[in-house]
Amino acid sequence: MVTIAAPDAVREPSSLRARGVAKSFATPGDAAVRTQALSDASFAVEAGELVSIIGPSGCGKSTLLRLLAGLETLDAGELLVGTDPIAGPSAERGLVFQDPNLFPWLTVRGNIQAGLVARGVLHAKRREVDDFMRLVGLEGFANAYPHHLSGGMAQRVALARALINHPRVLFMDEPLGSLDTFTRMNLQDEVLRLWQLNRMTMLLVTHDIDEAIYMSDRILIMTPRPGRIDKTISVTLQRPRQRSSPEFFKLRGDILEHLHFAGKALAVEPT
Amino acid sequence: MGAMAVHAVVSRQEPAAPTHSYWILLWTALAVSLGMSLLQRWSKGLRQWMGHMFPIIAAATVLLTLWAVITSGFRWLPLPYFPSPAGILQSMIEDRALLFDSTWHSLLLLICGYTLGVATALVTGVCIGWFDQARYWGMPALKLIGPIPATAWIPLAMVLSPSQMMSAVGLIALSVWFPVTMLTVSGIANTRASYLDVARTLGAGRSYLIFRVAVPAAMPSIFIGLFMGLGTSFLTLVVAETVGVRSGLGWYISWAQGWSEYGKVYAALIIMAAFFSTIITVLFKVRDRVLVWQKGVIKW
Repeated sequence: MVTIAAPDAVREPSSLRARGVAKSFATPGDAAVRTQALSDASFAVEAGELVSIIGPSGCGKSTLLRLLAGLETLDAGELLVGTDPIAGPSAERGLVFQDPNLFPWLTVRGNIQAGLVARGVLHAKRREVDDFMRLVGLEGFANAYPHHLSGGMAQRVALARALINHPRVLFMDEPLGSLDTFTRMNLQDEVLRLWQLNRMTMLLVTHDIDEAIYMSDRILIMTPRPGRIDKTISVTLQRPRQRSSPEFFKLRGDILEHLHFAGKALAVEPT
Repeated sequence: MGAMAVHAVVSRQEPAAPTHSYWILLWTALAVSLGMSLLQRWSKGLRQWMGHMFPIIAAATVLLTLWAVITSGFRWLPLPYFPSPAGILQSMIEDRALLFDSTWHSLLLLICGYTLGVATALVTGVCIGWFDQARYWGMPALKLIGPIPATAWIPLAMVLSPSQMMSAVGLIALSVWFPVTMLTVSGIANTRASYLDVARTLGAGRSYLIFRVAVPAAMPSIFIGLFMGLGTSFLTLVVAETVGVRSGLGWYISWAQGWSEYGKVYAALIIMAAFFSTIITVLFKVRDRVLVWQKGVIKW
């Protein structure tokens, strides 16, 4: 088991608060019409919690993460990290996308240390690059370029790249969505391990109900258009969780039922 | 080995070419070929190289011989416009000092102009590509001035600049500037937004976003500009040397033509071919180095 030693680098995880968050976009093809992506979305995530957001496509999950990461500005409402409102991106809030988005011109090592270079602390923390490469099991690939990597390996690099900044919060936008089942299950354990090891708050957007139940402390279910948080489900199962236990199936059934009704309501609701 | 046989036969068949130096060239070629065909028994690498290269070398030799037969053999083509290969080689050797000097001057002029043009283009390209203000003011100027062929500026350049050399450097720089700027702008402006997003969430400031994300992402596009710029710089170089600067290979060609010494014209053309081709090869090597991270790049 690898531990990240440097005590000064370890930050306390942050809590998250969203109150009445709204965000609209110009509709592609028709700038006059605004699409309401989020409306009155409210929730809270405690420091160090692992929370999943699930919901049908187009419910504004990704928009919510982009707002939290500081890549978009909100129209109305309030978003707090700890006690501070979010003003632009920060290295304290990491974001991992579905597409690993590795910089193709950098090697694996170059990608992992990108955050250190960007913050101008590479010289002081160069040693950590090797630690993180070992942490995600990529020791032998330091000098490989991204186009040589498989999807799972590329996503490991993306994780290490986000984690090297020791973020207080890590946002993940369907990070394992494009991987095959076995790679995905492996990486779920990996992400859980990294979460427990690095002490951070984690907010995971996913399509995969099993993934949400397997990983999270709580699950937020979103309704689509305009997106808001519809229901919160606490998962109290003991970790490591059994994917085939009766309790697991019970939760799965509850969520499916809930999403099913949410979907039906959408179908009959006049716009 | 088959190619070798052809090679040897053609070389021996060489009918005319009374000139001493051409004989030496042919004999040397024959000796080297025979020597290599002996050596290849012991060296696998050499054998592969020969198997790959000899058909094309043999073809070149056949063409050369054909040319010799047509010119000095049957005198089908009018002199002095079409000298024999032996004659050209003779001119090359006789005039080697001046040819070397001309090549050197061309190289110097090209390096100065190209470097200046590329440096300016990268600055303007990054500015216009990244900053909205720079794009608003810079783009119209680029669109208007850029497409004018650099050679059209010759009359103005001659009046405006203190020396012929400087006007030529300026013209070459201008001809390189446009394509390189244009492709730098498009490369920078088309940087994938998600790369910039990732960099921002990693704590990147503006200089990191520009120089460590946008510029590397634009590199493939910038290199297309560099190649286009190299092409136009060759053209501008030769024209500038022909009409303005009193040195270099372009000047040498028009000077030799003035004396009706077509042997020298061909000699200069052959050197020019080797010269420009070498420079392009160098740029390809640089590109392969810089863009190792790309898959499936064109090989030169």
